[in-house]
Amino acid sequence: MHRLIWLLLALAPAAGAQLDLQLLPKLGVEAHFDYESVAASNGSGLPAGSGSAAQGEQIYLSQCVACHGLDGRLAGNALVGGEGTLSSTQALKTVGSYWPYATTVFDYIQRAMPYGNEKSLSDQEVYAVTAYVLHLNDLVAADVEVSAATLVEIQMPNRDGFRESPMR
Amino acid sequence: MSDNHSEEDNPAGNGLLNRRQWLSFSTVGAASAVVNPVWASKSKQTEPWRSGSGQGPSAYGDQPALASLRREQISVHPLGPQAGASSTPLQLLNGTITPNALHFERHHSGIPEIDPGRHKLTVHGLVRQSLAFDYESLLRYPMVSNVLFLECSGNSYRNTLTTVLDETAGGLNGLVSCAEWTGIPLHYLLDEAGLDPTAKWVIAEGADAAGMNRSIPLSLATSDAMLAFYQNGEPLRRSQGFPMRLLVPGCEGNLSIKWLRSLKVMDQPAHTREETSKYTDLQLDGKAWQFSLRMQVKSIITAPSGQMQLPEKGVFEISGLAWSGNGSVREVEVSADGGQSWAKAAIQSDIGEHKPVRFRIPWRWDGQPAVLQSRAVDSGGNVQPSRSQALQNVAPGFSYHFNGIQSWQVGIDGRVSNVYA
Repeated sequence: MHRLIWLLLALAPAAGAQLDLQLLPKLGVEAHFDYESVAASNGSGLPAGSGSAAQGEQIYLSQCVACHGLDGRLAGNALVGGEGTLSSTQALKTVGSYWPYATTVFDYIQRAMPYGNEKSLSDQEVYAVTAYVLHLNDLVAADVEVSAATLVEIQMPNRDGFRESPMR
Repeated sequence: MSDNHSEEDNPAGNGLLNRRQWLSFSTVGAASAVVNPVWASKSKQTEPWRSGSGQGPSAYGDQPALASLRREQISVHPLGPQAGASSTPLQLLNGTITPNALHFERHHSGIPEIDPGRHKLTVHGLVRQSLAFDYESLLRYPMVSNVLFLECSGNSYRNTLTTVLDETAGGLNGLVSCAEWTGIPLHYLLDEAGLDPTAKWVIAEGADAAGMNRSIPLSLATSDAMLAFYQNGEPLRRSQGFPMRLLVPGCEGNLSIKWLRSLKVMDQPAHTREETSKYTDLQLDGKAWQFSLRMQVKSIITAPSGQMQLPEKGVFEISGLAWSGNGSVREVEVSADGGQSWAKAAIQSDIGEHKPVRFRIPWRWDGQPAVLQSRAVDSGGNVQPSRSQALQNVAPGFSYHFNGIQSWQVGIDGRVSNVYA
């Protein structure tokens, strides 16, 4: 029987026919997640918990400063600055000047930071560092608890700075 | 000038010859048999490799015959080589296929060493049932093979800079490679999980330290996108995504997520860091194009090319690669006079959707300065733009998706170098 299935699979394209999907092995099993894979701009995938810039400052000072600088303006990895530069010949793209969604800050930190020790921060800590990076950009006050509910509400300065590409 | 070819023989200026004429040239000089009258009295061991046993077979390849056959490391990141790239030495290759050892690399946080026995691919989100697949199970699905180009959206970036860099073809444009990829049509797995009618995007995520993630329109994910397991016949190398990677034909390389671990189906894009902060095209007016997914029609002359030296006047083959993310390559034209006149090159490989092609045309160098250019046209009628056309509205220093014409200058000393023309 198994042989027959493969024979049919092999013949299908030769005959110009669509492969009969009923013949596929279907070996997927019920999925169990270790964590939600992406925190999206609509807020889906953001975990429970919260954190403030005041709490995030210590983490930032111990784990982020080397690459991003005390004020988040270290050249090459700047997180802060560049407001009003996008239409100049010296554009500086930072979280504050360029990133359209605050959720992206959370998503990127949770997966890719700190560089070399990725995924080491708890959800609470990621919220706190996210809050601190936004605070450095004057986008949230130091004592504001950033959470799934508040993150999607933050209006990023360059939110309307993107348009659909003709190369889509 | 002793040249007395007809106009048909010279389809464009500065020495370009008819692409069909190459055969008649190739016989010149081939008939002069060498007779050595004294061979009988000398040792026949003229070169050392002609006697004494050579090395035996090896388990996995051997060193390349030419020491120069290497990728060039491009340090693009202040954090170091783990977040860097290496480029294919296009000028040392011929045909269309890039050997696996020389395929370009772009890693955002290094190459993970994944245990295939513990790796799972999860399909979830707007599906009837979330499913997990392991490596061994996936290898049992029917597969397809396809020869495709893969190009980083930052390829040729250095030709967008104000300063002209004297580099090789690969050093400037080698973030493009071509391979035969084999894998499972992605829609098999999406269909098995059962797509919700509201599904519009698939967010793909890698298992590397960067957790690279990108939103892919469902139309691309369910057409010719592939979950690839083999590259040029061999199981994927770790540097190319072992145990499995996504392959989205014709699209910027970043979309073809390596070390794929998750596909989350959504009704909108996730707006990840790479598709907002990076890989978007900032225009002069301060607005940026987002989701510039399809790589545009492009060609590169690989010989003669940057840093090469023409040994003498005479006939040379101009040859290169062309590709398009908007269909297939329809034709490639070549100029030897900086774009004043163009001649059609011969295309010598299979033409098809998102397939790289090799083009060739003979050229007679008369010892005078020349500027060599190639210009591809794709099946959608898109014409590769000049460098200045391609950069027209782009914010300086942020040029992704650059497909401007590459110009090579040939000096009177025969040296070939990069030039903006």
